[in-house]
Amino acid sequence: MSKNVTDATFADEVLNSDKTVLVDFWAEWCGPCRAVSPILDQIGIEHADKIEVVKLNVDDNPQMAAKYQITSIPAMKVYRGGEVVKTVIGAKPKPALEADLAEFLA
Amino acid sequence: MRQLIIIGSGPAGYTAAIYAARAKLAPLLIASSVQAGGELMNTTDVENYPGFPDGIMGPDLMEKFRAQAEKFGTEIVLDDVVDLDVSGPVKKVTLGSGRVEEALAVIYATGSAYRKLGVEGEDRLSGYGVSWCATCDGFFFREKKVAVVGGGDSAMEEATFLTKFADKVYIIHRSETLRASEIMQERAFDNPKIEFLYNKTVEKIEGGASVASVTLRDTVDGIQTTLDLDGLFVAIGSDPRTHLVHGKLELTQDGTVWVDGRSSRTSVPGVFAAGDVLDPIYRQAVTAAGSGTVAALDAEHYLAALPKNLTTVPA
Repeated sequence: MSKNVTDATFADEVLNSDKTVLVDFWAEWCGPCRAVSPILDQIGIEHADKIEVVKLNVDDNPQMAAKYQITSIPAMKVYRGGEVVKTVIGAKPKPALEADLAEFLA
Repeated sequence: MRQLIIIGSGPAGYTAAIYAARAKLAPLLIASSVQAGGELMNTTDVENYPGFPDGIMGPDLMEKFRAQAEKFGTEIVLDDVVDLDVSGPVKKVTLGSGRVEEALAVIYATGSAYRKLGVEGEDRLSGYGVSWCATCDGFFFREKKVAVVGGGDSAMEEATFLTKFADKVYIIHRSETLRASEIMQERAFDNPKIEFLYNKTVEKIEGGASVASVTLRDTVDGIQTTLDLDGLFVAIGSDPRTHLVHGKLELTQDGTVWVDGRSSRTSVPGVFAAGDVLDPIYRQAVTAAGSGTVAALDAEHYLAALPKNLTTVPA
């Protein structure tokens, strides 16, 4: 299970991280989010040396969801050096997600 | 080798699994990796499934389907079918993981996929104000102005759901008559936040980083107007998911899988179809479940009639 980040910890754990961080914006009531969550966990474990996968619950953390203009979940944003370098929207099978994220996993 | 593989995990697939498992066929059900449970996973209250007089949430109903299928010995795999070979007596099903499963019979119950509008701006703004899932994305349109395109039950349901968040919800419909059931129409009519825009089609979706407006065309006088919006929810129906069987199973003019009369028998012996993938008309959870039953019983009869040497399942 990937680490949870919050509005309060976002700067430390995501923006100021020296790693590449994938944030999974999700919510309890979003079925596709629950479906894609274990796949993202797997990608985080399999590529632990390349990317850190974390989760942000949009219900509990409205500030970051608003700041990054989330209007559709699951939304997966990759951060490097405090900047969004990739956005993937919608639940996809693992091979499709791996293809979308290929440049960060290799 | 297995007796039976079921592809799909909506009401049709799971009901077929319940019947097949109770018939001791030990079915393998390929549920999909991210869409397990099918279309009802994205709905809220299901009020027309018999046996639940107080209604039941779509995801909760599908969880019960799954539990009931598993209880009688269905094996469920959360993966996608990427290739299907039904040319011989032994059917081969290739999964996303690369694993290949073989069975003497297959039930194809892949349902249908949301239809797109096919207009400019739709793909670019998809996920940035254009959505197919009100229950997923409605939350982000608090105090905003949104529209739902469509005139069926799902359009009415989405519009009514969206009024929990949005200040204003338009329903854009291409004609003057709605396809939705009376009760769903009434609920939308009675909602002060909902306004109907009849005889209008969406021509174009505009916006920079997210949806800002849509261009509507009046189907009667052809006049184009602009409607400012923050979000557009598309609920104009769906198309049967037949991509795995193109050129392998006969299809109908509607694009659904052809079956023989009231049976579930497709054009290929040993391949049965169930649910929305063969149904261009009714498309209800309960009709899909009934159709799953038909497919399981047909598959059971087919397997029972096969020569003994074929049906022997090696340990």
